[in-house]
Amino acid sequence: MHNTLLNLYAEHEADLARESGDAVASKRRAAIDRFEALGFPTKQWESWKYTSLKTTLATEYTTVPPFASASQHALEFKDLESYFLDELDAYRVVFVNGVYSSWLSSTTHQGIDVCTLGSSWRKNPEWLAENFAALDELDEPLVLLNRALAREGALVHVPKNTAADKPIQIFYFTTADEPLFAQVRNIVVVESGARVEIVERHQTLNGKAHWTNAVTEIRVAPNAHVRYTKLQNDLSTATLTDATFVHQAADSTAVVNTFSFGGKLTRNDLRFHLAGSNAEAHLHGLTLINGDEHVDHRTFVDHAVPHCTSREVYKGVYDGRSHGVFNGQIMVRPQAQKTLAFQQNDNLLLNDRAQIDTKPQLEIFADDVKCSHGCTVGQLDTDALFYLRARGIPETEARALLMLAFANDALAQVELPALERKLHALIHKKLGVSVA
Amino acid sequence: MLSIQNLQAGLADGTSILKGINLEVKPGEVHAIMGPNGSGKSTLSSVVAGREEYEVTGGDVLLDGESLLDCSPEERAHKGIFLSFQYPVEIPGVSVSNFIKTALNAHRAARGEGPLEAALLLKKMREKLELLEMDKSFLSRSLNEGFSGGEKKRNEIFQMAMLEPRLAILDETDSGLDIDALRIVAQGVNALKSPTNAVVVITHYQRLLEYIVPDYVHVLLHGKIVKSGTKDLALELEERGYDWIKKENAGK
Repeated sequence: MHNTLLNLYAEHEADLARESGDAVASKRRAAIDRFEALGFPTKQWESWKYTSLKTTLATEYTTVPPFASASQHALEFKDLESYFLDELDAYRVVFVNGVYSSWLSSTTHQGIDVCTLGSSWRKNPEWLAENFAALDELDEPLVLLNRALAREGALVHVPKNTAADKPIQIFYFTTADEPLFAQVRNIVVVESGARVEIVERHQTLNGKAHWTNAVTEIRVAPNAHVRYTKLQNDLSTATLTDATFVHQAADSTAVVNTFSFGGKLTRNDLRFHLAGSNAEAHLHGLTLINGDEHVDHRTFVDHAVPHCTSREVYKGVYDGRSHGVFNGQIMVRPQAQKTLAFQQNDNLLLNDRAQIDTKPQLEIFADDVKCSHGCTVGQLDTDALFYLRARGIPETEARALLMLAFANDALAQVELPALERKLHALIHKKLGVSVA
Repeated sequence: MLSIQNLQAGLADGTSILKGINLEVKPGEVHAIMGPNGSGKSTLSSVVAGREEYEVTGGDVLLDGESLLDCSPEERAHKGIFLSFQYPVEIPGVSVSNFIKTALNAHRAARGEGPLEAALLLKKMREKLELLEMDKSFLSRSLNEGFSGGEKKRNEIFQMAMLEPRLAILDETDSGLDIDALRIVAQGVNALKSPTNAVVVITHYQRLLEYIVPDYVHVLLHGKIVKSGTKDLALELEERGYDWIKKENAGK
């Protein structure tokens, strides 16, 4: 696999350089060299201690080449409708098998730009070169691999003092006949005083062991506001490795919601850099998994300047033999006085075969700050369960109600009614309940 | 209606708490069970409602001649047992109205009936709220979350009013209530009394019994009912405490 990817890069290096220009080309070159040296991560690495890529790497993949043309598939709007948010008037950027699908999408250049990286290398090369691989500072093989090879994905640019008129949905569907390995990258730039809401979803459609390696870079300028929701409810054969980088300037607000409801292996690296004072970051996550599913959340919030706030709430409900990992690091640098940082990770294990490894890490180098963190691992509260049953609510429904109640905090940053309805429907289905 | 016969129960580790309780409750009656801390009052209510952490080691609990012991807590609720909890549980994210709807429709499903029509449900909820002098904004609040002590207890009686049980057990419903809240709660309970249902009031204090007047008062001590009487017994307990009863029973 490692060699296949190095060869793939070598084969396309010249074309990539021609398209993206020297600055990006040298970033790609450095990234592939580093990837070559590092190889894929193993459980011996501290950052991959609880997550093994072994099974994922044992699969034979077809790799999506950087300049793939539209593949043959018979997907129509009605086949995919159930994945879209109902009744929501939204822009859509849809990719199928790593390739942009214009006939499933609804993009714009009116007021805001909602389009693709693929088309922007030609139309807007300087802007893109400036924003591509500008924030993805992580010395991790999968991020490096993506940096070297990715040239397609969604691009959102919201100009100064503009509120996006509609939410934006970004979809990656995979339906290839053979397991497919794709590198995709989203770039979101929200200029000062602007506002946008984005929902992203990765979905495989045919039960093959597809692997998507995604990177998202979100730049939030002064006083800008972004809400970005990741909806991960894939089939139990799919692997998703995702790294998202958020860079916030002063007075900005950024929310990243991560809903991980399915997939064989999901790894979410989420990194916030608070670079301007009075920035506010919200990281909310809800994991509901079953069977042999595995979800690893690794978050990092870097308080680099004074007067910023971060609020992180991750909840997980683990059934079957599923395995969750939470590693939440908060860094408060010496100059970041008056930081407010809150982190909470709560987990429910529904049986003794399910597993959670949780590790909150606070590193505080400033003295005038308010930081708190906590984590809990437990079972459903028997007092509460008895209370509900004593009111006549059958046990399965009572358990589900309690799980809903447990998960509720993680939904606090969901504001779109259509998204809220979708999430409730998915959660109810996941928990096997019909309660309102 | 309710017949508790030589009931013995305790914890799974073998600790015995109830040591042979006998109690007969007939339709239309109000019974009060009083007793010092640790006498087994709350265990008795939990065992009747079906809490699985307690093990019944002997005797029986019958409702209309049928044993409840093999029934789950939800089955007992469907048969008409209602327990007003001493410490109602907070459930964030589940509104009072959704909770009531879920509970009420579970009762209906157990009787083979479909869900109650939304408009009728709302009408019923409004009526019962009025009875307990509660604002309708209450319905959209998360169940017991951030409720004051009085609100939690009123919410319990509100649920009782909605579910219309045959036998209601009020476990320390009065503890922590100021006199106004107590009056409202008692008024609610009294309004729900009928010749076909019954109420068992478990309390430390005689105060509640001025508002919900019992037909019988029983004293529970060390897991047994050691004395039964009329409401005068409650007054005597208020005045003299429990020591005289403990002494009376010391030799037995």
